[in-house]
Amino acid sequence: MAKKNSMSRALMRRETIAGYAFMFPSLIFFVGFVIYPMIQCVFTSLFDSTMNREDIFIGLANYTELFQDAVFMGALKNTFVIVIVSVPVVCIFSLWVSSVIYNLHGAACSAFRCIFYLPVVTGSVAVTVVWKWMFNNYYGIFNYLGTSTGILEKNINWLGDERYALGCIILILLTTSVGQPIVLYVSALNNVDQSLVEAAEVDGATKFQCFWRIKWQQIMPTTLYILVITTINSFQCFALIQLLTSGGPNHSTDTIMYYIYYNAFKLYRYGYGNAMGVVLAIIIAVLSAIQFKMAKTD
Amino acid sequence: MKTKFNRSSCYKIISVIAIGIMAVAFAFPLYWIITGSFKTSAAINATTPQWWPTEWVMDNYRKLFSRQMAPMWDFHIPFTDISFAGPEMPAAIRWLLNTVFMAVVSMVLTCATAAMAGYALAKKRFAGRTIMFSLIVCAMALPKQVILIPLLREMSSLNLYNTIWAVIYPIVGWPFGVFLMKQFAEGIPGEMMEAARIDGAGEWKTFSTIVLPMIKPGVGALAIFTFINSWNDYFMQLIMLTSTDNLTISLGIAKLQAENATDFGLIMAGAALAAIPIIIIFLIFQKYFTKGITMGAVKG
Repeated sequence: MAKKNSMSRALMRRETIAGYAFMFPSLIFFVGFVIYPMIQCVFTSLFDSTMNREDIFIGLANYTELFQDAVFMGALKNTFVIVIVSVPVVCIFSLWVSSVIYNLHGAACSAFRCIFYLPVVTGSVAVTVVWKWMFNNYYGIFNYLGTSTGILEKNINWLGDERYALGCIILILLTTSVGQPIVLYVSALNNVDQSLVEAAEVDGATKFQCFWRIKWQQIMPTTLYILVITTINSFQCFALIQLLTSGGPNHSTDTIMYYIYYNAFKLYRYGYGNAMGVVLAIIIAVLSAIQFKMAKTD
Repeated sequence: MKTKFNRSSCYKIISVIAIGIMAVAFAFPLYWIITGSFKTSAAINATTPQWWPTEWVMDNYRKLFSRQMAPMWDFHIPFTDISFAGPEMPAAIRWLLNTVFMAVVSMVLTCATAAMAGYALAKKRFAGRTIMFSLIVCAMALPKQVILIPLLREMSSLNLYNTIWAVIYPIVGWPFGVFLMKQFAEGIPGEMMEAARIDGAGEWKTFSTIVLPMIKPGVGALAIFTFINSWNDYFMQLIMLTSTDNLTISLGIAKLQAENATDFGLIMAGAALAAIPIIIIFLIFQKYFTKGITMGAVKG
């Protein structure tokens, strides 16, 4: 017995050494370029920190300033508008598309899936510059279509008008966000237990009941995952804003992400930017926790 | 029964048509990039858009390739002043080469480190394993842009700022790959590794001859996933790279756009140059890519 114990201890040691040896290369990068900057982010948010000068400890002053900063509050509001509009639309649209295409002929299904994924693959910059052209005041096709069909009386400066700019950004964001959810939903719907569906149909359940009572329950984990990633993606919306409007006109399209970038690169206020990063991280953590909780109690 | 059948198939036909129209709308921006890049400037600046170019010209590409030059490569020996510059060529080509280099190196490093770490997390029983795994899941849930400022300062103190490595390392550090590889490695039966051990295979041999062949589809999925994501990871590139020679293709177009805001033909040529290679790669490896996305979601 004693011998067996020492054997297993030797084995344990061997497993531990091997485990860490295999983890080591990955850990260098993970700790060095993810964990360390995260700790730094929290730490520096307590300092007045800028270029070419020693950091000055100022406690929570960055945070108190943050909540009195009208531009930050505006950016927070815009970020929430983007998230509140885009998350449900992305989820419902991708569920609708997937529920129609998942049992189409194989080639047709993958062709559709591919097309809806194209804007993601094309890359945020290429997508953004073409949309900028399409929204252009003089040469854009939206103004042409609008005026030639009589919907618009005169050309609209889509991206230069406070009333429309955020809406345009949300529209582009939507086209680049549905690709992944559709892929996920199609695979989830294909994995639904068919025998349950058939049993329900025999019992006289309508199509709608079948969907709501059986399929919806089974794809719930996928829905949850999609909710979480779409929320995170919408919070991260950056390239669109940086390239299309730079937060303007009149801060109407500022988001937290863009405002962090602006503070770091235009104002060189590193501590203040980090404080925003911490707030953003907390908001996302809380939202993800709520989404998980809601899905559990459902 | 008959009317019910009709109604549901009717719904289906209408939905498919509606989705078809949507699909056309989704593909349109890409169509507009490609056709736009071959249009004459008169056609581009016409108030009535030309839905199909009446005249196909290469002017935009010629302009793109002639407006800025850069050495093909610029290899610097560390700790010395010696460097080797390649022949002069259009800057856009250099940007494309930079992007390919960045994406390939990120892909190789990510796959190598993630395969090993994922195997260890799935199959090795060692102290601290659970803590490490929860750390990885938590880190994944946070937006990586939050750490941009600390990362920027870290890179400049490591003298990596404005080098392609400053973009590569954070991509490799991002723990999604480890998470994905763990999912795949969990499917390996423990008896196989037991058998290898009894045969006297060392840890490394077990990994390279038993584990690696079994998680190959997963590595393939991760490789293509990392390649495409790093190609398009504009944010990290934007904050880390500044000099013309070091730009990636995405950054190059963004700069082009900032400097020639209304020369849409030129910008579309740049956008086509950035988008087409990655779309071709996506179409070729589509199957692996889809697998990567769906595997990542299991137990997400």
